[in-house]
Amino acid sequence: MSATEIVFLLFAALAVGSALLAMTTNQLVHSALWLVVTLGAVAGCFVLMTAEFVAWVQVLVYVGSVVVLVIFALMLTRQQSTISAEVTGNRWTAAVLGLVAAVGLGATVISGFHGERIEGHRIGTARSLGDALFNDWVLPFEILSGVLLAALVGAIVISRSGTER
Amino acid sequence: MPLLYPLVLSAALFGIGLYGVLARRNAVLMLLGVELMLNAVNLNLVAFDAWFADTIHTGQVLTLFTITLAAAEIGLGLAIVLALFRAVRTVDVDEVGAER
Repeated sequence: MSATEIVFLLFAALAVGSALLAMTTNQLVHSALWLVVTLGAVAGCFVLMTAEFVAWVQVLVYVGSVVVLVIFALMLTRQQSTISAEVTGNRWTAAVLGLVAAVGLGATVISGFHGERIEGHRIGTARSLGDALFNDWVLPFEILSGVLLAALVGAIVISRSGTER
Repeated sequence: MPLLYPLVLSAALFGIGLYGVLARRNAVLMLLGVELMLNAVNLNLVAFDAWFADTIHTGQVLTLFTITLAAAEIGLGLAIVLALFRAVRTVDVDEVGAER
């Protein structure tokens, strides 16, 4: 087993453990902070799979902005009476469904891709990804910028209509 | 590295995210579960990109697109949750479901 595989397994264990804590802890802000650990560990996995640019985008966008946005939302929606149980009554149904999804997906990929290996010949640097993005993927990129603009305008409109009432 | 490592990790994260979406009472934390599921998908895309050794980096470019869409989704989702909080003064999905 090479050093890369050992580090990957460590990151994987960190990601799964902190994801479980993020989804089960009763502290609202702790949940968001555990998600930071999960997303950081997944970014480490991206680096080990030779996708370094995607890893930095993950750190910038997810850890830098999405989690900050979530923490803002948690503070703005703080309730006077804190909810004692942070989970719904159907938590066992949810646990069974999550387990079934994980085991089903895991069994599918194990039976389908057993023995395949990642060699990592093509490293996803900023240069190679920029070449691909602006030579072969320009049209989806432009459409995506339209989608992002529409989503942000929609978010502003939804927030404003609440204050005017 | 075996291709199975990232794929099994992705399956585990997806299951945990699904549990979070279904089990959380706080609507903001439900959205965190959605983000976790999207990240599991990103892991799959990057793993298959590295496995194919794709010349135009299809998987990694699609991962960038997914990250952008996830940012748009969380922005819109949190705006809706804030509007819901202003309307009914709660983000507890059980209480909102009972009132309507």
